[in-house]
Amino acid sequence: MSTPSPEPVGRVRFMDRQRVNLDGFAVENPELGLTALRSPHDPSPSLVVSDGRVTELDGVPEARFDSIDTYIARHGLDLGVAAEAMALSDLAFARLLVDPAAPRHEIVRLSAGATPAKLTRVLALLRPPELVMAMTKLRARRTPSNQAHVTNRLDDPLLLAADAATAAAFGFREIETTVPVLGDAPSNAVACLVGAAFGADGVLIQCSVEEALELELGMRGLTSYAETVSLYGTEQVFTDGDDTPWSKAFLTSAYASRGMKMRVSSGAGAEVLMAGAQGCSMLYLEARCVALARAIGAQGVQNGGIDGASVAASVPLGLRELMAENVMVMMRNLESCSGNDALMSESDMRRTSRTLPIVLAGSDFAFSGFGSIQRYDNMFGPSNFNAEDIDDFLAMQRDWGVDGGLRTVDAGRLGALRREAAEACRAVYAHLGLADFTDSHVDLAVDAAGSKDLGETDTLAVLAAAHAIRQRGLTVVDIVAALDECGYVHEAERTMAFARARLSGDYLQTSAIFDEQLGVLSLVTDPNDYGGPGTGYEPSPARQREIDAIRQERGVDDLRASQARFAVPLLSAVGPALPGQGPRDVVIGVSPAVGRDVWRCLSGLAVTDVLREMLAGLEEEGCAGRIVRFGDTVDLGRIGLAAARLAGSGIGIGLQGKGTALIHRRDLAPLANLELYSVAPSVTLSLYRLLGANAGRHAKGATPDPARNPYSDEAIEARYHTTVIALMELERRRMAAGAPPEELSLEGLT
Amino acid sequence: MTDGTRALSGTPVERLTVEAVRAGEVGVADLRIHPDTLERQAVVAQEHGNPQLADNLRRAAELTRLPDEEVLAIYEALRPGRSTAAQLTELAASLAARGLPRCAALVAEAAEVYARRGLSAK
Repeated sequence: MSTPSPEPVGRVRFMDRQRVNLDGFAVENPELGLTALRSPHDPSPSLVVSDGRVTELDGVPEARFDSIDTYIARHGLDLGVAAEAMALSDLAFARLLVDPAAPRHEIVRLSAGATPAKLTRVLALLRPPELVMAMTKLRARRTPSNQAHVTNRLDDPLLLAADAATAAAFGFREIETTVPVLGDAPSNAVACLVGAAFGADGVLIQCSVEEALELELGMRGLTSYAETVSLYGTEQVFTDGDDTPWSKAFLTSAYASRGMKMRVSSGAGAEVLMAGAQGCSMLYLEARCVALARAIGAQGVQNGGIDGASVAASVPLGLRELMAENVMVMMRNLESCSGNDALMSESDMRRTSRTLPIVLAGSDFAFSGFGSIQRYDNMFGPSNFNAEDIDDFLAMQRDWGVDGGLRTVDAGRLGALRREAAEACRAVYAHLGLADFTDSHVDLAVDAAGSKDLGETDTLAVLAAAHAIRQRGLTVVDIVAALDECGYVHEAERTMAFARARLSGDYLQTSAIFDEQLGVLSLVTDPNDYGGPGTGYEPSPARQREIDAIRQERGVDDLRASQARFAVPLLSAVGPALPGQGPRDVVIGVSPAVGRDVWRCLSGLAVTDVLREMLAGLEEEGCAGRIVRFGDTVDLGRIGLAAARLAGSGIGIGLQGKGTALIHRRDLAPLANLELYSVAPSVTLSLYRLLGANAGRHAKGATPDPARNPYSDEAIEARYHTTVIALMELERRRMAAGAPPEELSLEGLT
Repeated sequence: MTDGTRALSGTPVERLTVEAVRAGEVGVADLRIHPDTLERQAVVAQEHGNPQLADNLRRAAELTRLPDEEVLAIYEALRPGRSTAAQLTELAASLAARGLPRCAALVAEAAEVYARRGLSAK
């Protein structure tokens, strides 16, 4: 007999309230395709070649090949190496992936002869740090990079231009935009093109919409790459997606024929969501997509779950699967644009856990869309990282000393380039007769942290502008002419230089990006040469400084300057401090820099206010306080004890400039004080007053009212330790061995 | 690799400047990649371990000769259920006759596989 289950205990109710419990977690179910690395229905690897023709692929005889099998069998495999690759044991193959002595080109050579099921088995053997190692070694381009989403709810061109400039300035080398309203697409492409030209040279622009329109925008030079050409792992889902391997192969060539870079898009979960996984594991279905991507001649793949990332994340080993997809792309000698572009969890810890290994390893693109705008403005849906997370990401780069492609932008420069971009966009739209925008609209777009800051805008004007761009067949030449005639000569040159650079076709090679001198970095020009410690990509000294110099950095000089702003004409030295005589004489000893370089405690209280409260507390108890600065130690115990030894009562208070305080007595050891306020950032004026009063009670032999140290659950140490170190350095620089104690003036404090 | 590179129009890339735009001398064909460039890139791809990318770039070189509308029309014809096997075979023959043998081979193969896998128009 079961009784109704009682409400869980408070500990469980508390755990239930944590954000991770908003996520869905699925029971592993191979029948539904809800399994990451292995399914009993995955075929065993096999490859039979007769007379130079594949007659069996992963257990399927040629007569039963579906369209995907057929395309891979006829075009995707290097039959010259197939026998060797398939004969290699899964374990031996897997070990090559992590062995620094096995060069990338050797793994690429073998992988070309391996079937999808073979690579699935091999990658399923890699544990997380081994995946990191494999990615470090196997990505095609030596220099890692990153891609941004730039979109907004309103398709507002001025905000898009300002945000594209911002993304380019932050270091993103590709910008992907899309639309909530399809008709707006040409306007979004133009706005991003204009804006990016203000942020940096050589940023590639994409406008992700349906194939025909996307190709059209590219043909006109308004965009320069595409990545939404989707592949699927089963024939049924492929056909439901209204394509075949041949239509996709043709489309791939169509993009190249217009000089556009292109990568395909696949990734776990799509087949599961479309109820078409046919009982196979996510990694196996993706292995078919990746093999097909190579077979159709695409230079790269965007995978790692993409829209299905949370499906993979819902099953055991799901995050391993997502990363294994990326590594598989690299093994096939293709560019990896490594996902992380869909928010896969409500938990900050889980979404960070998903992304971090890829950032540590470094990928051609760590994100196939880092949301450079706020979550609510991301018209792809929120990315795994968004504008909310840019400072976090910059700090993570710095923490680990890795290059995630981003850099800090000076606040003043950011404001200036957002203004230039928005004004130029307005000028271009006006010049071309597309739309007119007001001064206040420009001002709002420059300052906006997101489209909600724009208020009401005329969205029909955007649609009309987009319609005009399309109908009139405007091209990048028209944009260059407009920039030039509106006085933006430098940006016109930049945009034209980029249009020229495209004609060389160098950026059609695998993993190509432009650097900021319009040099192409790719598998051809910048091949990954990792072979263990001391080899492979290392940020240049200049790039390392960019990574390290986040805007929140503070040094001793910064602290000295900020303390100096709070200096007041009090606490002047009045002469040598002498021993006190009266039994009610209590000395407040302060550290060497108090009244010279240090004026503010960590709590933000003025040192003079703290002293005023202590003196008042002493006075309440009928004691007379004096202030003495000790110049020969920064140690609070020694300062307090020295103060006590000078005091007629034998009781002293010690106060460091940072706000830490204690009560001492002349007969105690330095570390054995009577009362201590150790959490300086949290001590209040009333507590300092209580400390003064308690010192007075000790002096009189009365019973003190014990003070409790305030408690905080915040990361108080993370917040204050760097300041403590700098404050102590200011104290130390004022310290002099044998310096006599000085009596300080009480004027203005009593 | 811009030395000697020309646009589809034949204009050398170094002449595609803002001054030329100002003078109204730059047209759409000046923004288009030249088939020789794609052929050259195909060789580079082949040398860097990716013969499939090389094939793709060679098909692309052929497609530079077709107008945008026709490129999009061929893509449409290759989507599932759009064309009968006979129509695809005919398209392949027409491409071959016009000097696009690689694209023709792609379409001819599609005609064969679509018929077997039920991807042709009924």
